[in-house]
Amino acid sequence: MFSRSIARQLLRQTTSSAAAAARPAAAAAPAYAFSSTFRQPSSLFSLAQQQQRLLSDTTKQAIDKAVASAPVVLFMKGTPETPQCGFSRASIQILGLQGVDPAKFAAFNVLEDPELREGIKEYSDWPTIPQLYIDKEFVGGCDIIVSMHQNGELAKLLDEKKVLAAAEAEEAAAAGEEKKKE
Amino acid sequence: MLRRGALGLVRGATSRPLFMSTMASKTPVEDVIREKITAALHPTTLEIYNDSHLHAHHKAMEGSASSETHFRVVITSEAFKSKMNPARHRLIYALLKDEMAREGGIHALQLRTLTPEEEERRRAQETAPATQAKSTQ
Repeated sequence: MFSRSIARQLLRQTTSSAAAAARPAAAAAPAYAFSSTFRQPSSLFSLAQQQQRLLSDTTKQAIDKAVASAPVVLFMKGTPETPQCGFSRASIQILGLQGVDPAKFAAFNVLEDPELREGIKEYSDWPTIPQLYIDKEFVGGCDIIVSMHQNGELAKLLDEKKVLAAAEAEEAAAAGEEKKKE
Repeated sequence: MLRRGALGLVRGATSRPLFMSTMASKTPVEDVIREKITAALHPTTLEIYNDSHLHAHHKAMEGSASSETHFRVVITSEAFKSKMNPARHRLIYALLKDEMAREGGIHALQLRTLTPEEEERRRAQETAPATQAKSTQ
């Protein structure tokens, strides 16, 4: 349900972009519910509480899995449809504008999972949310996403990683150019 | 704190009169940001904007009494040379680790981190020379 809403969100944003043409809707976005990955062993809770800020192996593994769940992964506050923070909203909008293929995208709501919320900060050595990963590599937070969007680096990176929806690569590059001129 | 004497270098849109002591400061967090960044990075530009009022009704701020939760900081420093953007941001995050980790501390920190050369280039791109008063180092 969650992943489907992401797909819808991304599709809506890309199709509302000026140059939108008819394009195939993504068949299936990766079905991932982070909370289930996280909450299965219930004993984990007490363990995590004891360890407090230390990233437990189990948490680390779960985050490893989340990071690898799609070529483009955003850890955010709220869902792509209803972001709970302006910086998360800006980030998801940019990914939409760039034309990221919903089938190659996954978002994780850190507000749903306190363990993820703290864990991801340590995992990435980055104290704030949102956080963007592309091909399992940490890219940056909102400011970095925005500046890479503006200077064209993001379009280039997404194109190189082949994560844009079909026929979207050129549009994204064009959008980047337009943005620059503003 | 003593570094504030070097503020001749620091141009800041929100910079306040230098005689204002940190003791009675109404902006303790902003002061700490300024002090730590100035001491560690010797920035040629340091602009600190407090955007907290824009986020006061934001859900995460419920119950927060602080008027210093959201900041936007523009920093130009030689220290960023040959560092990618994430590394530059991590540098700042490390400096402000305590302020960010503390309950009720800094909740959001927007960063723009440039080297003097990048700032120069950006300025040249953006407008015709707006400021002549730039120190050449």
